[in-house]
Amino acid sequence: MRHAVAPAENVENHSFAVTGLFKICTHCERLGKKDLGIRIPRPLGNGPSRFIPEKEILQISKVDSRTQSIFEDAFAALGRLDNISLVMGFHPQYLESFLRTQHYLLQMDGPLPLHYRHYIGIMAAARHQCSYLVNLHVNDFLQVGGDPKWLNGLFEAPQKLQQLGELNKILAHRPWLLTKEHIEGLLKAEEHSWSLAELIHAVVLLTHYHSLASFTFGCGITPEIHCDGGHTFRPPSLSQYCVCDIANGNGHANHHDDLLGNQDMCGEVEVLMERMKQLQECRDDEEASQEEMATRFEREKTESMLVVTSEDEESAPPERHLERGASTHVQSDYSWEDHGFSLVNRLYPDVGQMLDEKFHMVYNLTYNTMATHKDVDTSMLRRAIWNYIHCMFGIRYDDYDYGEINQLLDRSFKIYIKTIVCSPEKTTKRMYESFWRQFQHSEKVHVNLLLMEARMQAELLYALRAITRYMT
Amino acid sequence: MEKMSRVTTALGSNAISGRTMFCHLDAPANAISVCRDATQVVVAGRNIFKIYALEEEQFVEKLNLRVGRKPSLNFSCADVMWHQMEENLLATAATNGAVVTWNLGKPSRNKQDQLFTEHKRTVNKVCFHPTEVYMLLSGSQDGFMKCFDLRKKESVSTFSGQSESVRDVQFSMKDYFTFAASFENGNVQLWDIRRPDRYERMFTAHTGPVFCCDWHPDDRGWLATGGRDKMVKVWDMTTNRAKEIYCVQTIASVARVKWRPERKFHLATCSMMVDHNIYVWDIRRPFIPFATFEEHKDVTTGIVWRHQHDPHFLLSGSKDSTLYQHMFKDATRPVDKANPEGLCFGLLGDLAFAAKESLITSDANRKPYPGGDRRYPMFFFKKPDPTEQFAHVSSALSVFETDLDSHRMDWFVKTAQLYLLSGKPFAELCDHNAKVAQELKRPQVSTTWTMLRIMFSDPANLATPGPNHNLGKLGTLPLMNSFSLKELGSGMGAESRLERSKGESRQDNIHLEPGNSYISNNEENEETEGSEGHPEYMFGDAELDDDDLYSMEHDNQTEEQEYTLPQEAFQLRHEIVDNLSAPEHLQQDKADSPHVSGNEAEVTCLTPIESFSLISISQPLFSPHLPASFFCPIVREMLSYYAEQGDVQMAVSVLIVLGDRIRKEIDDLTQEHWYMSYIDLLQRFELWNVSNEVIKLSTCSAITCLNQTSTTLHINCSNCKRPMSNKGWICDRCHQCASVCAVCHHVVKGLFVWCQGCSHGGHLEHMMNWLKSSAHCPAGCGHLCEYT
Repeated sequence: MRHAVAPAENVENHSFAVTGLFKICTHCERLGKKDLGIRIPRPLGNGPSRFIPEKEILQISKVDSRTQSIFEDAFAALGRLDNISLVMGFHPQYLESFLRTQHYLLQMDGPLPLHYRHYIGIMAAARHQCSYLVNLHVNDFLQVGGDPKWLNGLFEAPQKLQQLGELNKILAHRPWLLTKEHIEGLLKAEEHSWSLAELIHAVVLLTHYHSLASFTFGCGITPEIHCDGGHTFRPPSLSQYCVCDIANGNGHANHHDDLLGNQDMCGEVEVLMERMKQLQECRDDEEASQEEMATRFEREKTESMLVVTSEDEESAPPERHLERGASTHVQSDYSWEDHGFSLVNRLYPDVGQMLDEKFHMVYNLTYNTMATHKDVDTSMLRRAIWNYIHCMFGIRYDDYDYGEINQLLDRSFKIYIKTIVCSPEKTTKRMYESFWRQFQHSEKVHVNLLLMEARMQAELLYALRAITRYMT
Repeated sequence: MEKMSRVTTALGSNAISGRTMFCHLDAPANAISVCRDATQVVVAGRNIFKIYALEEEQFVEKLNLRVGRKPSLNFSCADVMWHQMEENLLATAATNGAVVTWNLGKPSRNKQDQLFTEHKRTVNKVCFHPTEVYMLLSGSQDGFMKCFDLRKKESVSTFSGQSESVRDVQFSMKDYFTFAASFENGNVQLWDIRRPDRYERMFTAHTGPVFCCDWHPDDRGWLATGGRDKMVKVWDMTTNRAKEIYCVQTIASVARVKWRPERKFHLATCSMMVDHNIYVWDIRRPFIPFATFEEHKDVTTGIVWRHQHDPHFLLSGSKDSTLYQHMFKDATRPVDKANPEGLCFGLLGDLAFAAKESLITSDANRKPYPGGDRRYPMFFFKKPDPTEQFAHVSSALSVFETDLDSHRMDWFVKTAQLYLLSGKPFAELCDHNAKVAQELKRPQVSTTWTMLRIMFSDPANLATPGPNHNLGKLGTLPLMNSFSLKELGSGMGAESRLERSKGESRQDNIHLEPGNSYISNNEENEETEGSEGHPEYMFGDAELDDDDLYSMEHDNQTEEQEYTLPQEAFQLRHEIVDNLSAPEHLQQDKADSPHVSGNEAEVTCLTPIESFSLISISQPLFSPHLPASFFCPIVREMLSYYAEQGDVQMAVSVLIVLGDRIRKEIDDLTQEHWYMSYIDLLQRFELWNVSNEVIKLSTCSAITCLNQTSTTLHINCSNCKRPMSNKGWICDRCHQCASVCAVCHHVVKGLFVWCQGCSHGGHLEHMMNWLKSSAHCPAGCGHLCEYT
């Protein structure tokens, strides 16, 4: 067991650190290695993301002073700069908002004790087998004084948290099934009951980590160096290049892939732009009846329910869980702006505001570029992606023609979205590479941000709706 | 034009009558609107679009506008408005972005007249011009407002709200060309219908979306807005800058706001969620609604006054699929139910009491408050305003002062300051606190402390610091351990035997004891740190009741060494002390023991306390072998007693001093409750340090975490006066070090003190020194600073 081993190492390191008094120069390091027999871990991964060449990620913070200052702040606040932040660094505006929210959720005043917060984070991430987030928060959890026993499983945790398991499960996979009975069960459980404020906090945490798990898999975030699978003690000199080469992104894998993609589908972006223009110019003049619109929506929804596993895993037949498809929920009946926000803000002040800002930020984020083209209005594409995800959760917008989705999102992109939103753990590098080949990595990260926030909002809406129904 | 409208809309000769009534709709309503003569109402929603006639006793369905086998989304309405000039004209805003007009005069079943599909997103609001027949305005989620001329096929002009969603648009009642639009980002814009290029005026009305706005029907310049921030604000638009003149705080986000006809200061509101009631407010009395309608079971979505000049009828539609007509006389008046009595305790036991004047005067000859006197009854009058319909309420406020001598809280403050809660051995803490209580003339409390000392420690109280001290260093001397065990092998054997035959073997015990201590003494002589090894042996045998013999003897020496122990070590104390036996057992030993100096000192310092002698008489009553836990139930009762008596200070102090000895006996909730009460009291007396110490020493997680909340302090840069968003010492705006000491010109990291007059400051020490010799600010700004 890892946790059993850890303290022993700590003792050793500790005494060393004290004598060295924080500054360990290379000389000391060498000494330490030789004389004290301390093994220095080496990073295993190839940069923060498996999908994106490290060089590109590191480039941003050098160029953009804003990103750099955000990184500095994040490092000052947490004492680390995790890979998620590094990848999000492509979009500094968003990153700032994201970090502020996350920091508030985990560290600032709130109804839940600190170790509960991390534990709930672990619970949520574990739902998607996101070992990256789990490891990260196991460390945090122990650091704020959490009981290591809880980590053996939910059954070791207090009754109160165990009850949250059901909510976690439903929220992660079929949030539309959430009813006020679930909420009632949590709020009225004698001494193990949750207060409304605590529940809201927990719900926000759960949805935050579900969607963050989506992002983690979607961008192929590699484990942190201090976490399991993030490091190795083996000297890396077995292959031709040394660590610093890896750090500089000299791995061969990535390069030819990009080239291939470019040759393959050079017209992709142009086709997409052409379609957008068409849609913009000639909107369907003959009005489609309510039913027709509903049918279009249902078609997208049903299709999105069919989880198509990627081609290379042919052994696994396409799963169908149609029979449990989402019931349709009309957005105007319960929307974030009008209803969700008020509820969150009432019970967990300030967080509503932060989430609102974050949703706004991500929905409106644009650089007016598409691949190499400049001055493009991408709002249509962004809206299609956002609504497609909400469609998968059964949330319908009356003022949206779901026919647009089919025109703008091609098959491989839809597969990617579906996988990331529904079962992120199945994401493969191939999926990441096969959609939007001509687009830049930063744009793909942008897509991932959209996916993540849209998912979070959808889950939140269902949870908050259930809570509202319970309250009234 | 204006005049004409007035004539046509004036109340007809046949005044409206009716009663509070409702009817069931088939589906939730989103909006309602009445026709000009107040005889019909239209209800629109996602799945409903009907016209009802308002009759004396009931609603009668007149017309279903939702026709066709496959109703298109154009029928799914977000808003509806009936034209106030043209009886046959209706407009709806569809959720799919269409603006539809309906002509009731059409002979066919489908009354749809015009269809405008210019908006890309949901249309939130439509509004007819109050006097112009063909002018229609719409506001949409896509951020555009469009003005339609109903004689043309498309919009005449488009107003852009800069990509922010429009939530409401309203034509001004008085200014022909003006309309107001409210936005999701909290702004309100004023437009001139002739100038679509830019707004006339814009101001931020709310934080978060402004869901609704309404022009005052009579007063040209007044605009009421309601937002997600749960506020209704009334703006005076006649001045150059929109001025907020009234503000009403509601309990939920405000979905609709409508001025009440013929009542200048009244307006009706309903909320977006959670709260289902309709409130009518007098904006001059923003704290309590003037009237409430509580009929709806789900959120009210549409409210409208039935007639433009009749303030007594209100119509409302709701998500619960009902349509209501509310009679104003049937409304609930919260004022009547409000309790005009108020009662509050002052810090020093004074009592303030406000009650209806009538109540006080009629009851004038009642007895004065026992122990206090009614010094100055005060009366507050509000000048009555004839237009105000609030029942006139005046209250009398009486303040009862407590008897200065009997209820003084001085003792509380003194006690709080003087009590010692930690940092010394248990017995000393008890003695100290007993002395404090004694000096404050509280013999009972003092006695309690003394008793506690005796119950939970004996002269072996001296054992408490020793083992802790030693345990802290345990493991560092493994060799020593084995050595002492070897040496004491025989003694050990004797001990375990003794334990089994406890009763009669006490004498032997005493005989053995000096020998043991002799051995340990030898150790100490041989090794400077010899004492460390010994307690380990004792600790290992902790189950033995008589162990304390050794530890006591032993600790007489260690005790003198040092008291300042690392706090962490105290947690271990518990296991040892619990097994110590009653006091006089050791006092006997003391006589025999050559190493008693410390103990004797202890006793002599106690003797001045009178109560001690009383206790010591009773001492022989206790069996010497009673474990400390034996007293726990009594102590628990005692603590509860003090808490019940209102002396929560005693309860908490004892709780802290006893620590683990008693903690497990009292359930966590009670403890938390005591702590909270005590901390609250301390803070009201501004004893911040003491309250902080209590928080720190408490073991309830709920209490200790108090110290971790609200620990952030926001500062502004001293150069550019902007908030310091950056962590660190350099302001990222002006790139200078922010908090520089005015004396030494270095960055202050740590305690920073500054003058509140001129805001210059620096290192605490530097400032202290500077201001000792000079009265002026060290920065040279000429301010006369002061350090107290």
